[in-house]
Amino acid sequence: MRYLKQFAVILTVTCIGEIIKYMIDLPVPGSIYGLILMLILLMTGAVKLEAVKDAADFLVEIMPLMFIPAAAGLLDSYAMLQEMLLPLIVIIPLTTCLVVMVSGKVTELVLKMGKGGKKDA
Amino acid sequence: MHEFFAESATAGVVLSFLAYYVGLQINKRFKLAILNPLLIAMALVIVFLLAFDIDYETYNSSARYLSYLLTPATVSLAIPMYQKLELLKKEPAAIFCGILSGVLTSLLSILILSALFGLSHEQYVTLLPKSITTAIGMGVSEELGGMAVITTASIIITGIFGNIAADALWKLFHITEPIAKGISIGTAAHAFGTAKALEIGETEGAMSSLSIVVSGLCTVVLANIFAGFM
Repeated sequence: MRYLKQFAVILTVTCIGEIIKYMIDLPVPGSIYGLILMLILLMTGAVKLEAVKDAADFLVEIMPLMFIPAAAGLLDSYAMLQEMLLPLIVIIPLTTCLVVMVSGKVTELVLKMGKGGKKDA
Repeated sequence: MHEFFAESATAGVVLSFLAYYVGLQINKRFKLAILNPLLIAMALVIVFLLAFDIDYETYNSSARYLSYLLTPATVSLAIPMYQKLELLKKEPAAIFCGILSGVLTSLLSILILSALFGLSHEQYVTLLPKSITTAIGMGVSEELGGMAVITTASIIITGIFGNIAADALWKLFHITEPIAKGISIGTAAHAFGTAKALEIGETEGAMSSLSIVVSGLCTVVLANIFAGFM
């Protein structure tokens, strides 16, 4: 029963996220509205952590498994990818490395600045 | 085999499970980043489908039930985020600057490289949303006149690459703070990167989950501006 209730709460919030997506004409999926809504519900105490935690942990834990069908789908889009294969092979790894470097370093830099400022004060 | 797969409600799910289990075991045994469980699982599923002459649609007729779970699983990312809410309240500047700088780096580097490769406007806008979560990225690509199928493929390749390379990149660039690790991989490689972050620690996972949302929303706005540059 515990899992059933928890799963029901998560699916209900997900569904409300989908309703919001249906009403707002933006390229933002229902899952993102649902995530934000779930966070608000937890923050306001409308949904207690214990009321969703076990089922949510389970879903998050098996998330990598959910990417396999999409990843195997590269089999079907391979023909379409061929015409820009070389640019893709260069652009995707290179830009991904750059993003990790810049966002990681900027985060650390601002964290350090914050700590430095507190010491001065 | 093909007919069985077409009728079965579980064959695709079980095949994916087994492939991922084998991937996990191989990864545990050899501890090499390139032997990534997700990459091995993808390769095994593809080889299996080719060997038994099963087309992707047939496999996906049952495997899609796994994909269906992605929406509630993404909503569930609110839970690890909520458990690290104090951190978010404490370091909003570092978190926001980290994500925004990552989004701008992504868009700018794609612009420069697309120009260098002489890509068409259509190909350029197809790549622009490649670092954000699939559902947002596809929508952005379509809206800007890109090819959604290639965008989806690019997003998945980015995710797999980020998932495999994360550890090596953090080491290479001396990124050691858990907050910075989570932000960087979530901003660079969306949910696939977040899966990696969650394996490492709660703070990394929470920050990476947050990055999916914030970088996705920032990209919706900024990609529209960047589309006008080429």
